[in-house]
Amino acid sequence: MAAVVGTFATALIAFVVLALAGFAAPNWLVLVATLAFSKGLVALGIVALMRGGLISFGQGTFYCAGAYAAGLAMRSLGIGDAAMLVVLGAIAGLILGVIIAPLLAGYRGIFFATLTLALSMIVYGILNKTYSLGGSDGLNLHAPGFFGYRPARSQDASYALFLFTSFVTVAAAALCRIHFDSVRGLLPLAARDNEIRLEYLGASVRWVNGINFVIAAVLAGIGGALSALSLGHIDPDFAFWTTSGEFVFLAILSGYVSVTAVFVAAILLELVRSFSSQYFPNTWQGALGVFLLLIILFLPGGLGSLALRLRPSGAKSAPVPAEKRE
Amino acid sequence: MKLAAAILIDGVIDASWLFIVAVGLTLVFGVLNILNFAHGSLFAVGAYAAASAVGWYYGGDLGPPFLGYLLMLGAALAVALALGPLLERGVLRFFYRRDEVVLVLVTYALFLILEDATKLIWGVESYYASEPYGLLGNVSFFGLSYVGYDFALIGLAVAAGLLLWLGLNRTVTGKIVLAVIHDRDISRAMGVNVTRVFAFAFTLGVFLAALGGAFTAPKISVQPGIGITVILLSFAVVVIGGLGSVEGAAIAALFVGFARAAAIHLVPWAELFIVYLVMALVLAFRPEGLFQRTSARKI
Repeated sequence: MAAVVGTFATALIAFVVLALAGFAAPNWLVLVATLAFSKGLVALGIVALMRGGLISFGQGTFYCAGAYAAGLAMRSLGIGDAAMLVVLGAIAGLILGVIIAPLLAGYRGIFFATLTLALSMIVYGILNKTYSLGGSDGLNLHAPGFFGYRPARSQDASYALFLFTSFVTVAAAALCRIHFDSVRGLLPLAARDNEIRLEYLGASVRWVNGINFVIAAVLAGIGGALSALSLGHIDPDFAFWTTSGEFVFLAILSGYVSVTAVFVAAILLELVRSFSSQYFPNTWQGALGVFLLLIILFLPGGLGSLALRLRPSGAKSAPVPAEKRE
Repeated sequence: MKLAAAILIDGVIDASWLFIVAVGLTLVFGVLNILNFAHGSLFAVGAYAAASAVGWYYGGDLGPPFLGYLLMLGAALAVALALGPLLERGVLRFFYRRDEVVLVLVTYALFLILEDATKLIWGVESYYASEPYGLLGNVSFFGLSYVGYDFALIGLAVAAGLLLWLGLNRTVTGKIVLAVIHDRDISRAMGVNVTRVFAFAFTLGVFLAALGGAFTAPKISVQPGIGITVILLSFAVVVIGGLGSVEGAAIAALFVGFARAAAIHLVPWAELFIVYLVMALVLAFRPEGLFQRTSARKI
C-alpha cells in the first residue's frame, strides 16, 4: 500500500514539475513534448507486452483507431472536449483490443509480430480507400476545448494540451507501475522466463498475454487520440508500419525496467528527429539505425536499465533480458 | 476465361521474382535464425548495381546485347560478395543468440542504414535499365501479349529453386547446412565450422536478394523505396510458407502472386492489403505457416 501511495506521490510531483517546465519552455518544445508523450503512451503499451516476451509490430492499428475515434467524434458528433475525445479513443482501443486479443493470444515471437503487422497494414489499406473518411489525405481537426475552457491564443492552446497530455501520461505511467509491481503484473516476467513452469504453477499464459494485449491496445488508443489532437490531423499513416516501427524502437530504447524511461526516450527520439531532419535530412534515418544498433548491443535492457545500474542497492538483481538459451 | 488466364499468368510472373527473393530470406532465417529486414535493401542494392552496369554496358555499345544478362548476374554476385561477409562478420555476429524479435530490430536498423547508403551512392532520381527487357521479344497466350523477358524470369526462378534444393539435399556442403539448420549446437559438437556456414548461408541469401533485384531492375524504375515494398511482400511469403522452408517459399510465392494478380484484376482497391489478408488467414489456420518445421520444445 505504501508503494502505491509513493507511486502516486511521485506522479503528482512529476506532473507539477512538467507543468512548471512546460510554462517556462519555448512553444516548439511544448509541442514536441506533447507529441512525444502521446507516442510514449503507445510505447508504454509495447513495454507491457515486452514484459511477457512479446513485441507487437502493429500497435499502429490501435493508435489509428484511437485517433480516428477522436477525430470522427469531433467532426461528426461535434464533441470538442479533449477529455471526452481521449476517453473515446481509449474505448476504441479497448473494443478492438478485446476483439483481437483472443485471436492473437496463442501466437509468440515472430508470428505474433508479423500478424500484428499484417493487421495494421490491412487497416492502413482499407482506410486509404475509404473516401468517406478522407482516404489517403485524412481529415483535419480543430483545436479541442478543455472542460469548458477554450483557449483563444494558439500558445495557450498548445500549453493547455500539453498540461492535459502530461496529466494523462503521468496517470497512465503511475497506474502501469502499480500494475507491473502487482502479482498479476509480475506474471508476464515469469511467462517470459518459462511458460511451461508458469502453467504448472496454475496461471494461464493465454490470459496473461491477452490482458497485456488489451492494456497495450487501450494505451495506444489514448495515445492515438492525443496525437490526433496535437497534430490537428488524422490520416491512414497512423496505421502504417513505420509508425508501429517507431513505437517498437521507443520500447527497445527505453527497455521494460522503468516506466519513466519510456517518456524520456520518447522526448529524446522526438528531439533527435527534429534536429537531425533539419541539419542532415539525407542521412538521419541511417544515423537512427546506428543508434538503434548501439543501444541493442551495449544496453540490451534499454535506458531504464541504466537507471537501475546507477542505483547503489539492488543493482545486482537488475532484470536485464537474459541471453536466449537454446 | 481470358481473365482467368490473365490472372494465372500475371500471378506466376509475379511469383517468380518474389520466390527468388523470399527463398533467400527463408534460407537466412533457417540457418542464422534471423528474419532479415535488410533483405529488401539488398534487393534494392542489387537492382541499382544491375541498372548501373546495364546502363554503362548498353550506353557505350560495348558488345553483343545478350551479354547484358551475364552482366546483371555478375552485378548480383558482386553485391553478394561485397555485402554478405561485411554484414555478417561486421555486424550480425555480435547479436547471435539474442531473441529472434530483437534480431528483427537489428536488421531493421541495418535496413535504415542501407537505405540511406543507397541514397548517398545512387542519389534519389530513378534509374532505368530497360534494354534487356525488350531483347527476348513478345509471346502471346490466349490472345494476351506478354513480354518474353517475364517468362525468362519464371525460368530463372525455377532454376534458382531447383539448384538450391539440389545443393541443399544432394551435396555435402548442403547437408552440413541442413545439419546447422536442425541444431547448431550439436553440429558444432560434431566438428562443423558453424561460423563458416553462417557466413556462407548469409552471403547466399544476399546473393538471392540481389539476384531478384538485378533481374527485376529492367522491368521497373529503380528508385528509393523499392526495398520496403519487397521486404513486406517477401515477409508475407516466408511467413505463409513456414519460416525456413524452401518448398513453402515456392508455394507461398505462388499464393501471393495469384492473390495480388486476382486483386489487381478483380478488386483493385484491395491490392494494398490483399497479401496481409492472405497471410492473416493462413496463420489463423496454420499458426506457423504452411510448411512448419517441427522442433522439439526445449525447457
